Amino acid sequence: MSLTLILEQSLNGLQFGLMLFLLAAGLTLVFGIMDMINLAHGSLYMVGAFLAATLVQATGSFTLGVLLSIPATAVVGMLLEISVLRTLYARDHLSQVLATFALILIINEVVRMIWGSDMPLSAPAALSGPVQLLPGMPYSAYRLLIIGVGLAVAVLLYFVVAKTRIGMLVRAGASNREMALAMGVDIKKLFTLVFGFGAGLCAIAGALLAPIFAVQVGMGENILILAFVVIVIGGIGSIRGALVGSILVGMVDTMGRAFMPAILREVLTPAFASAAGPALASILIYVLMAGVLFWRPQGLFPARG
Amino acid sequence: MRKPLAATVARSFAVVAASLFVAGTASAADKLKIGFITTLSGPNAAIGVDIRDAFNLALKLNGGKLGGLPVQMEIGDDQFKPEVGKQLAEKYVRLDKVDILTGIVFSNILLASVPEAFNARIPYVSPNAAPSPLAGKQCNPWFFVTSWPNDAFHEAAGKHATDKGYKSTYLIAPNYQAGKDSLAGFKRYYKGKVSEEVYTKLGQLDYSAELAQVRAARPEALYIFLPGGMGVNFIKQFVGAGLSKDIQLITPGFGSDQDVIRGVGEPMLGLFDTSHWALDLDNATNRKFVAEFEKEYKRLPAVFAAQSYDAALMIDAAVKSIKGKVEDKEALRRALKGAKFESTHGPFKLNTNQYPIQNYYLRVVGKDSQGRIVNKTIATVFKDHGDAYAHECGMK
Repeated sequence: MSLTLILEQSLNGLQFGLMLFLLAAGLTLVFGIMDMINLAHGSLYMVGAFLAATLVQATGSFTLGVLLSIPATAVVGMLLEISVLRTLYARDHLSQVLATFALILIINEVVRMIWGSDMPLSAPAALSGPVQLLPGMPYSAYRLLIIGVGLAVAVLLYFVVAKTRIGMLVRAGASNREMALAMGVDIKKLFTLVFGFGAGLCAIAGALLAPIFAVQVGMGENILILAFVVIVIGGIGSIRGALVGSILVGMVDTMGRAFMPAILREVLTPAFASAAGPALASILIYVLMAGVLFWRPQGLFPARG
Repeated sequence: MRKPLAATVARSFAVVAASLFVAGTASAADKLKIGFITTLSGPNAAIGVDIRDAFNLALKLNGGKLGGLPVQMEIGDDQFKPEVGKQLAEKYVRLDKVDILTGIVFSNILLASVPEAFNARIPYVSPNAAPSPLAGKQCNPWFFVTSWPNDAFHEAAGKHATDKGYKSTYLIAPNYQAGKDSLAGFKRYYKGKVSEEVYTKLGQLDYSAELAQVRAARPEALYIFLPGGMGVNFIKQFVGAGLSKDIQLITPGFGSDQDVIRGVGEPMLGLFDTSHWALDLDNATNRKFVAEFEKEYKRLPAVFAAQSYDAALMIDAAVKSIKGKVEDKEALRRALKGAKFESTHGPFKLNTNQYPIQNYYLRVVGKDSQGRIVNKTIATVFKDHGDAYAHECGMK
């Protein structure tokens, strides 16, 4: 187990974690501020990817297409909030889960009607090769781009949430909604804004991950589960928690897939290790979540003291 | 008042259902009903689309008939989910009362769905999935294969790697029946060192962690069994990670056929694979199939399409030999077993377990005279090759 291998796997984990963060950040804000469980968050990720694929085709430029898909998805998100989700805030969580689950099914079919079941979207040719990161360690240029964008968005998000007036209102809403209301915050407008913002982050994740995964109907459901794991680990409503949680999940998932079979082979028979390794690696993040819930039921960085 | 109303409704439904049932059975002999379950959505849809299109092409070239009977197709998308495949099989067998079931791409979906056909004594003609359990002890008289036993391409690939003298090979396959069959097949004929054997989640699309492990292991060759979208993503990421310069990638034939080439493009050039079929196999059936397929669908067929075309030819030959009397299920079964026809890879021959016996070829991805990226046949790896399980099968 060489150092370059561990370094490369760390980069892989970081790349996956940062993309999870983009999803989890929006989800945790909506959950924390509006006390709303939005299962349809993954659908916005899918819509973002489809919009990006369409816009990249239309403009002929990967960068332009991805950039345009962000406001476009934010608009879709805000329309969704104004038309449907707004009426759900006052309901209990069960109604929210049922209603937003219905939204997943509806949006899946609408996307299928508009675009068909999948769309092609490849990384730009300039980034499809490797970059020599260290001697003996080339790394995919496109994955480096994802890491760069992910870090930039995380910094930007921190700045917005910690240093701006909007961010202050968001934090106020997350830590004590009633008090924020009582202080005269226009909660309606704030909610729509936060929702649109979350949708924009979804679009970034959807568009950037598309060349690594695939742009297809139903792509949001699998990753949504991971995003929920992240916000449970990080603490609901906390951006910092979402960041730590995502990188933790990204690292544990990648390292598990990479090293679990080898570790098991040391202690068990090879036949059993090769059968149990992949299975164990895929449940590792849930074990992590269970552990966090056991010792810190509020998550690692709870938004509410 | 409520009860009588409900009773009336129920009774009228029963009457309608009964009349439909009577109508259904009365018209059974004048057409051939085929239930077609395949994967038509998601990243692996290209395979199912090829299988469906090739079957439809055979039908069209035959004037909408197979064995002289007009064909009624019931096509369903299993969405790459075993439970959906099983539901479709139940529907086609019990409700639509199909005469023959076919179409499934993936072994896990097949294993979930075929018992429905076996229990109802309906033949299943497999245009792709041919898992090892059904080749050996659990072989079934109602199960026919026009593709190749799950292990076969991989056995040929293992033989090729041995012949080439690769000292170490890294193996990757999805964690499901066909994945395990594939690596078992490769290892059966590979004499070098297996540097690592990795099973990934079926349907996984991001291979960053696995690729880093491959780089660290420094094998001479890398063998992957990753059909459909999994392979497209893997090969792109393999090239993206800069591994293609140092490690020779080998795949089974379907792992680098037209569906994958369409998705990946130029980086595929120079890759070796093994298959029982190729675009350039020189026989009358294949020349007609390739030309007509390209004319009809404006793309080149992948190996899946050839298998499905063969499935249609097999059904055609069988139904013809019993003069369209498909309501006699036992006769239909025997006719399928004895079906004689010229397939896309020459005369078709079944083993005792009703899996084919055929040649396997080494192919290389290169450019043809029109500059298109295609597979070219360069050598024969196995002649008249069966499978390692047939002797466990009790059928004669």
